[in-house]
Amino acid sequence: METAINIAADVRSGKRTAESVVRESLDAIESGNGKLNALLGVFSSAIEDAREIDRRIAAGEDVGVLAGVPIVMKDNMLVRGERCSAGSRILENYDAPYDSTVTTRLRAAGAVLIGRANMDEFAMGSSTENSHYGPSRNPWDVSRVPGGSSGGSAVAVAAGFAPIALGSDTGGSIRQPAALCGIVGLKPTFGRVSRHGLMALSSSLDQIGPFARTVEDAELVMGVMQGKDEMDATSSYAPAGASEDKSANEVKGLRVGVPKEYFVEGMDENIKKSVLDAVAEFERAGAEIVPISLPTAEYALAAYYVIQPCEAASNLGRFDGIRFGYSSEGQTLLESYERSRGEGFGAETQRRIILGTFVSSAGYSDAFYKKASKVRTLIKRDFDEAFKRCDVIAAPTSPSLAWPIGEKFADPLSMYLSDIYTVSANLATIPAMSVPCGFVDGLPVGLQLMARPFDEQSLYRAGKFYQSVTDHHLKTA
Amino acid sequence: MISNEQITHIAKLARLRVEPENVAKTAGELESILVYVTKLQELDTEGVPELAHGDGLSNVFRADVANGCDQDERSRVIAAFPHREGNLLEVPAVFQDRTE
Repeated sequence: METAINIAADVRSGKRTAESVVRESLDAIESGNGKLNALLGVFSSAIEDAREIDRRIAAGEDVGVLAGVPIVMKDNMLVRGERCSAGSRILENYDAPYDSTVTTRLRAAGAVLIGRANMDEFAMGSSTENSHYGPSRNPWDVSRVPGGSSGGSAVAVAAGFAPIALGSDTGGSIRQPAALCGIVGLKPTFGRVSRHGLMALSSSLDQIGPFARTVEDAELVMGVMQGKDEMDATSSYAPAGASEDKSANEVKGLRVGVPKEYFVEGMDENIKKSVLDAVAEFERAGAEIVPISLPTAEYALAAYYVIQPCEAASNLGRFDGIRFGYSSEGQTLLESYERSRGEGFGAETQRRIILGTFVSSAGYSDAFYKKASKVRTLIKRDFDEAFKRCDVIAAPTSPSLAWPIGEKFADPLSMYLSDIYTVSANLATIPAMSVPCGFVDGLPVGLQLMARPFDEQSLYRAGKFYQSVTDHHLKTA
Repeated sequence: MISNEQITHIAKLARLRVEPENVAKTAGELESILVYVTKLQELDTEGVPELAHGDGLSNVFRADVANGCDQDERSRVIAAFPHREGNLLEVPAVFQDRTE
């Protein structure tokens, strides 16, 4: 699959039709999805939407910078009239009544939405094994997980079903599957992209972002999606930053921070080597490598697994079996709630609801929820301090390579530990991106780049440079 | 140590039904996660404010007016109701036991 930039250029210039591009995508899905279970459904309107783009181009209209680009949505983003299940049984028969803001903006730029990607139920998980519809499979080795929770989206891009897919990232759910599948995944700054029409998981952490093969493609999609939306009060007015970056592919003088807490004794030596080799590329090109410290980093995962379940338990309260979704009647109202939720939610979702309810309940909320929210401030201060001395931070994305399906499924805590390098960016609300930086035993490794709030521009600059001097992103499964 | 009674109580607060045979397993899982997150207590957070929104946005207001929605959206929202009669939405009785 070629890049979104090339496809849009071809379609806009009339070299190819949007319909032919979308048909290629649908053919790839048709032949490959049975094995990978990346997509839960294809949108029936895709071909007609593509034809409409072609008609408008034929009529001389400018249809936008994503002309004819096929895009896969995560199954928690609303597309009017299409099924949207969030990987859950409780929404097995739910059709979206309206469009999310990202849906509207992508279509307004000429993109064609082609289907919805598998995910861990309500975006809780690191492997897609928590999907009610079965796990997605890693295209580099189908016996292994693709990561999660946006695993289906990552597989869709890695397998060439589409050049772009959207994910949502609450604690690493875009970056970690991007790393495990060998593609680019960007979690923007909190507030950068509207969440109107995204099913809420953890409202102080969730962000929508793109998967792509190249940093240029991710930047292109961000340009379309980002910016204030009156429908999301938490979306930010922050300006987008310069779109044409003179220093692209050039990092002379860029200060790259390397946090010692992310390279500790006992970590996977091969992953460590891949990431440090990547850092060396920056140094060779004239970047300044700055050793930094993020002393609260080792507490980030603990803070995350208090705050995230609290917010999830609250947000998932809307599933009552009455207004939408799976409904099971009991003898009393209480029993109807308990049955609808007990039968509709999967095991991990129930586990987090129990955990979140416990740590926010009377007698425990000071020790857990409030404590974690204060620790969150300390984590943010660490980054504020670090960014006085550097412009981007380089670290691993995932502590492990893609693991065999089933390996961590029975042990929730070991699954949670796979988010150890990614949760900090969500807690500190900063942008972070995973870029392919090598292979170990034929499995991809991801380099994580982090930057100051609303400075995605530095991530693009660093990422584009890195992809210009390496070819990891050009390899396909 | 998380007791089985605590799990049953929390599940009730969360409006979930944990099957009796799963209560002990749930308690064990919760216990192991709580042991891990208890490391937060090692940090001194005296005088540190809680962080809720990183962008510092606050008091985001809009006019208190109903915007409504188009007919298509309205009918889709109604169609999503599990129990209804035409456009009338059916909800269970709040105060009555169904056996009464």
